[in-house]
Order: sequence, then C-alpha cells, then structure tokens
Amino acid sequence: MDMNVKKKKLGLKEKYAHMTRGLDWQTSYQPMEKVFPQATFEGIKIHDWDKWEDPFRLTMDAYWKYQAEKERKLYAVLDAFAQNNGHLGITDARYLNAVKLFLTGISPLEYVAHRGFAAAGRNFPGVGPRVACLMQSVDEIRHSQTQIHAISNYNKHYDGFHDFKHMLERVWYLSVPKSFFDDAFSAGPFEWMIAIGFSFEYVLTNLLFVPFMSGAAYNGDMATVTFGFSAQSDEARHMTLGLECIKFMLEQDPDNLPIVQKWIDKWAWRGIRVLSLVGMMMDYMLPKRVMSWKEAWEIYFEQNGGALFADLARYGIKVPECLTQCTEDKEHISHQAWATFYQYGGAAAFHTWMPNDEEMDWLSAKYPNTFDKYYRARFTYWRDEAEKGNRFYSNTLPMLCQVCQIPMLFTEPGDPTKICYRESEYEGEKYHTCSDGCKHIFDDEPEKYVQSWLPVHQIYQGNCFPDGTDPTAEGFDPLAAVLDWYHFNNGHDNLDFEGSRDQANFAAWRGMATKNT
Amino acid sequence: MSKVFIAFQLNEDTRPIIEAVLADNPHAVANESPAMVKIDAEGQLVIKRNSIEELIGRDFDLQELQINLITISGHLDEDDDEFKLSWLN
Amino acid sequence: MEIDLRTVAIKPLRHTFDHIARRFGDKPASRYQEGTYDIQQTDIFHYRPMWEPELQLFDKRRTKVQMKDWYALKDPRQFYYGAWTIARSRQQDAAESSFDMIEERGLADIVPEEIKQTALAVLVPLRHVEWGGNMGNSYISAYGYGTAITQPCLYHAMDHLAVAQYLTRIGLVLEGPEALDTAKDAWMEAAMWQPMRQHVENVLVVQDWFEIFVAQNLVLEGLTYPLIYDYLDGDFSANGGTVISMMTRFMGEWSTETAKWVDAQIKVAAAESAENKTLINDWVKQYRPLVLAALAPIAQRAFGEQAETVLAEVTAQFNARCTKAGLTV
Ligand SMILES: [Fe+2]
Ligand SMILES: [Fe+2]
Repeated sequence: MDMNVKKKKLGLKEKYAHMTRGLDWQTSYQPMEKVFPQATFEGIKIHDWDKWEDPFRLTMDAYWKYQAEKERKLYAVLDAFAQNNGHLGITDARYLNAVKLFLTGISPLEYVAHRGFAAAGRNFPGVGPRVACLMQSVDEIRHSQTQIHAISNYNKHYDGFHDFKHMLERVWYLSVPKSFFDDAFSAGPFEWMIAIGFSFEYVLTNLLFVPFMSGAAYNGDMATVTFGFSAQSDEARHMTLGLECIKFMLEQDPDNLPIVQKWIDKWAWRGIRVLSLVGMMMDYMLPKRVMSWKEAWEIYFEQNGGALFADLARYGIKVPECLTQCTEDKEHISHQAWATFYQYGGAAAFHTWMPNDEEMDWLSAKYPNTFDKYYRARFTYWRDEAEKGNRFYSNTLPMLCQVCQIPMLFTEPGDPTKICYRESEYEGEKYHTCSDGCKHIFDDEPEKYVQSWLPVHQIYQGNCFPDGTDPTAEGFDPLAAVLDWYHFNNGHDNLDFEGSRDQANFAAWRGMATKNT
Repeated sequence: MSKVFIAFQLNEDTRPIIEAVLADNPHAVANESPAMVKIDAEGQLVIKRNSIEELIGRDFDLQELQINLITISGHLDEDDDEFKLSWLN
Repeated sequence: MEIDLRTVAIKPLRHTFDHIARRFGDKPASRYQEGTYDIQQTDIFHYRPMWEPELQLFDKRRTKVQMKDWYALKDPRQFYYGAWTIARSRQQDAAESSFDMIEERGLADIVPEEIKQTALAVLVPLRHVEWGGNMGNSYISAYGYGTAITQPCLYHAMDHLAVAQYLTRIGLVLEGPEALDTAKDAWMEAAMWQPMRQHVENVLVVQDWFEIFVAQNLVLEGLTYPLIYDYLDGDFSANGGTVISMMTRFMGEWSTETAKWVDAQIKVAAAESAENKTLINDWVKQYRPLVLAALAPIAQRAFGEQAETVLAEVTAQFNARCTKAGLTV
C-alpha cells in the first residue's frame, strides 16, 4: 500500500480547469491556421486564449444532471397540458396569435442559433470559448425542440402554426427575423458572438422571454411559460458568454475596439428592429397584460443595457448612437407595427384585430404622450368600420427596408406623422432603408445587403407563385397565388380574429367544458 | 452604481432560495410578476450556499440554481460557496 | 364557475405539422419526428457566407456523398435533446456513484502498480484524441446537411467531451493533476503518441464532412474503442484492475450504443448509390491503415507481445462490421 494521502476534493474552479484546459494543443503536423481557418479574417487579434474566463463552469456531468432535470419537469408539464386540454385554459383565443408569431418567427431561429454556435464552437482556437459555444449550441437545439413540442398541441387545434419552417423562408414579415440570423451566420465567428451572444441574448431574449413569458402565465398558457422560462434559464448562461466574449476581445488587443464598437452599433440596431415585433406582441396580442412594451423596454433595455454600457465604458466602448432615437421610438413602435399588421392582415399567418375600449384606455394610460394623440382616432375608426362590415385591408404591398426588411412604417425622428425613408446608392442602383441606423449598416457593407431577398420585390418579380402558375391567365389573383405559395390556408390562417375559425372553435370547446352534458 | 438582478421561477424549490437571498442582501428588492420573481440590487448580489442549506436542511450545490433560474444581469463569479453578481463600474 | 377541461372530447383539426404530415401522413407524430424532420432551412438564404462565398449557408455540396433525401439518415436511437440528455444523465448517475465510491474509499490505492501505470500511460493521453472527436463532430453539426445527421453529431461531440472529462478524472483519481501534465507531454512529444497525434491533426483539416464522419466515427472510433474499452479493459479486470473498469464503464456502453447509430448512417448512405458506396469504401480503405499504424505503438504499450494478435482481432471485427453495413473493404 503506498503512502498516498486521500486526495482532497477539488473546488469548482480548479476542477473545471482540469476538466477543460489543456485538452487542446498547439498542432504541429498541421498548421494552426489550417485547423482554425476562420480565426483571423475578421481582423480580431487574440494573443492568449487561456486568458478566457469561464463564468459558468459546467462540466458535462453537471450539464447532463441539471438539464435532464429541467427536461423532465418541462415534459411533465407538456404532457399534462395535452392530456387535460390545457389550451382551453387560456384567457382568450386572441392570445394564441402571439404564440403563432413565436413559433413561426422565433423557434426556427433557435435552430439556426444551434448550427451557428456549433460553427463557433468548432472555429475558436481556445478551449474555454469552444466548450461554452458548444454547450450553447446544444441548448439551442433544445430550445427549438421544446418550443416545437410545446406548440405542437396548439397546432392540433388552431390555425397558423401548421407549416412554420416553410413560412419562415418565404413570408414577408418573417424575413425580418430570418435575415437577422442569416446575417449573423454568414459573418465570421467573432461577429456572430456579438450578433447573437450580445444583441440577441442580452438585448432581445430578456425582453422576449421574461416579461412576455410572464404575460403568457398571466394568460393561462402554462405550456409556453414553461418552455419560455426553461429556455431562459439557459439564456442566463448564454448572455454571460456573450458578455465575456466582448470583454475578452477588448482586453486582448486595443486594435479590437473599433471593430467591436462597429459590431455593437450594428447589432444593437438590428436587434431593436426585430424587437418591434415583440413590442406589438406585448401591447396588443396579450389579452391580459403584465406590463407595457415601454415599461419592459425601460427595465430590460434602458436600465440593464445602460448598466452594461456603463461597465464597458472602461474599455472605451460608447453607447451606440442609434440608441438616442429609441427613447422616442419606445412610445411609438408597438402601435405603428400593429397598425401595419392590421392593414396587411390578409397576408399574415395570424389574426389581427383592433383593441376594445378598455384596452385602448390601458394603452392611453401606458402611453400618455402618444397613444391618444397619434393612434387612438385611427384605431377607433378602423374598429367602427369593421363593425359596420368594412374591415379595412390594404391591397398594395409595402416597400421594405433593405437592411431590417421591415415595411417602411417607422416615422421620422421628431415627427411621428411622417414616414422615415433613407436612400443609398451602390453601383448605380438606389436602395431604401427605414432609418439612419439601417442606412448606416447598409453603407458600411453594401455588398452584403444588396443580396437581401426582399419578399415584396420578389413578389413583383413573379418569384412567389406556385410552380406552374400562369400570371397572364384571365382572372389571375396575385395575392391568392402568393398566399398559396406561402402555404396559407386562405381564410383560416389570415384575416381578422373576428369571424375566424379559432374564435369559433375556442368558444365552442369552452362551451362544452362549462356546460353540463 | 448600476443595478444587478436575478430572476427565478416561483415554485416550491425557489421559495427558500429567495428567502436566503433577501436575508443575505438587505439592500435587495424582490419584484413579483406572474410565475416569477425578480430580485434587484444596487451594485452587487451574493447568493450563499450556507444560507440556503440552513433553510432547506440538506446539502445544496449552487449549480442547482440553474434549474429554476430565469435570468441574471451583471458579471458572474461563482465558486463552491458563493454565486456573486456585480458590475465593476 | 367550475370548469373541467379534461372531460371535453375534441376532434383536432390536424395531428401534426404539415412538413411532418407530408412525410408520414397526418397522424400523431413522435417527439423525435417533430423535433428533427425538415427543421433545417433549405431555401432562400439572404447572404452568401463571408467564410465560403461560393456556397449557401446550408449547402448539400459540402460533401461528395449525395442523398435524395438527407432525412433518410435517421437516428435509430431517436434522440432529440430531451431523450439524449435524460439517457446520458442516467448513465452519468451510475458513473458518478462509481467515482464517488472509488474516491471515498481510496480504491485507487488497491490497483496493482503495473495496471495503474498502463492506465496512466494509455488512457489519460486519450483525452486529446477525444478532443479531436469533439472537433470533428462539431464541424459536422455546423456544416453537415439535414438535422437527422447534424443533430446526433452534436450529441456525439458533447459525448466526446464527456469522455475526455471521464479520462481526466481517471488521471486525477489515480495520480492527481500531474497525471494530466505527464499525459499532455507524452501526447506532444513521446514517440508512442506521435503517429496518433499526426493522424488526429490530419483529420482536423478534412473539409468534406461525411469524410470526417467516416474517418472519425466509423474508422478511428471503430478500431480504438474495442481495443481500449473491450480488450484492454478485459485485461485490467482480469488482473486486479476492476476499479479502472468501473471508471470506464460509460465508454464501453457508449461505444456499443453509438456504433449502432454510426452503422445505420453508413448503411443508408452506401445503399443510396454506387457512387456513395465507392466513396465510403475508399475512405475506409484510406483511413483504416492509418489508424492501425497510429494504434500500433499504443497497443504495444498496452499488450506487449500480444499487441499484433489483439490488433488483428480488432481489425477482423471491424471489417465484419463494415461488411454488415454494406461496405466492401
Ligand atoms: Fe435560445
Ligand atoms: Fe430598417
């Protein structure tokens, strides 16, 4: 028997260091540049990957243990929800439309996040960020799947959910979130980290998963709350990774500062534009509201983002210029976005409606500076017309921003009555953007954004009809052909909530539950 | 000073955690929303393993926090005894 | 008002999503199906990747293997995230209780010195080979085509990381942190490990993702795992080293499970076309001698004069496995 004293238990930090650091090595039979071909082309200089600090020190054994526990809980809730007709427990079938936008616009992005983080996890030469990125990659496939599984039960009973991947690639407003992720994934690994790790995780997911999910709970949707909060528990790790990555780049070399600043500016604005959709989900699509978009923005963006920027100031990072406009925009964007979807409700895969009086009063109270002044009269008029049988649908197609791909619906800084347009020229062609923020992004990388597949342009060019369509045929209805190509069940997925199949079925099924048989 | 925060799902497992966090951080404020509680604190917030263990009467690994965690803000420093959030400015 | 929602019998409008119904008909679908089939985007990408402008973000042309339907490469284990992570956490529970018992009772001390030295010299440096397996499989998960194969490759990458961490723990249990440094030095410098390191590095720069799948998951793992976790483990057990077998149980079980998945992929891809079959056959024929050459000095250290016999047996089993999967190697 040898004299080994019984080894002391290693602490978390020490244990994690042994379990990860040193697994890699400096290759010599193949050059490092060939093993990690994407490590340098973006211009970011890293001198010592071992300076990376791991915030969450999860080894695989701990990862499996805690994640399995989360999964068991989550699927137990989903099973119970399905068995007990949990979908009838929601406050109001209008609520489901927020979930539709979620499944078609967000869940597929979780999937792309999974693939993109697998790439980042392959491409960084350091062990610390590689392992963290791979854990995020596997978390992200979890998110896409738990969302699909949770929402699968709604798909069985309601419209608009049924072909989400096909729709994401084609439908006009879904190109907003899709192009955001395509943009990030087509960039290099460092920019990806700012785009997703910082902008999407830090800026967006808090607003999406925290107040919105609390709203889902308030509206009786236990399935969505469960996947939402359960996903967000992983996001806490992801945000920390994004933040660590920014710090790491800034600490490694002063030359990285201007590149990182440029990406922060770009992706903060890209993220904020995508958030317009979340703003409208919170203010208009939740029948019972926890807080307004503006309040959520103030807590999670202004306070929390402000704390972050104050913290990054010591590296020389400045608050992105475009953010000054947001103080004004937060009072408007949810109303402007909802007004747009209401008008184009014939071509959206969810139902739209105008708020009732009580809801308008709530909006007035939450937006004392803007709602009554700019929006209430128009909304009341539309509602009255709809009640008289003249529901307004716009038959034209909106012009889209070349960068964020949102219809030109936002207004000029300082004048909420005038639509904002910006124009750039590249190789003799003119390109339109919705704001100074988007124009700035375009002008910096025109060769990238001229490639945008803009759904409206594509419709005009005849690229959005089913195979074999003859647009010269007599009585050809281009909108119907486009909706067909989108795989919409025209008349069920789209149009006003009033008179929809969802509304009728929900009322009938609830009736069966509340009446004696 | 900026605020840090941590939010938990509201359930049986998190009740003692929240109680311990509030006791250990007298400057922290709990804000309840449907299904969740968000704890805000100026500057920093420290979660101590010992305090949780005293309330639940069993061993607790701070990594268990992840199961019911919703979100955090601030820089994280975690070891076996403490889970600490802070802003450095 | 009392509402009992459970009693309501509702006829659903549809049983699953359209893209699932297009494949399997409109009937209730499994969680594996809904979480896997056709969830990777295939059409309309907005921008060309800056890192590979000649291709799309997801592109079938990143391998020479071609499939009419990439979702034919399904996982017989039907792993979606929840199924995978719950399965692994069960295995991890078992492994954890073994490690706990060994650590608490100081069982490492009863391992005969010779066995212990073999374990330190052979098992611990393998953590770097596992890291290579993690790299290759994360590459496939990023750049492969179709969730049916890219999804399990990420699980496989994470599993490799876990195995690297189990091997690390073996080093810590048997000796302590110095074991890791010694193993790393051996990996970098010792003659015994150089052919293997060279081979692993060569696979790290392969571009064709299906070639990586064959080189890594079929050939390298198909020859290394039986050699180490079957033959060497058998030697350990037979010679008083059961404690080490307790610590490698995960790897043994895992490789049996994952080999079935790997074989299923190879079988389907090879059966698809004569071109695919030729490609895969050629890759196996290319990588098999390289791996065997890399394993030779390791087998020498592990089995002494038995090395050649053991390697020959392992090769014969491997060849039989390939034949069963439809290859001619
Ligand atoms: Fe996610
Ligand atoms: Fe824009």
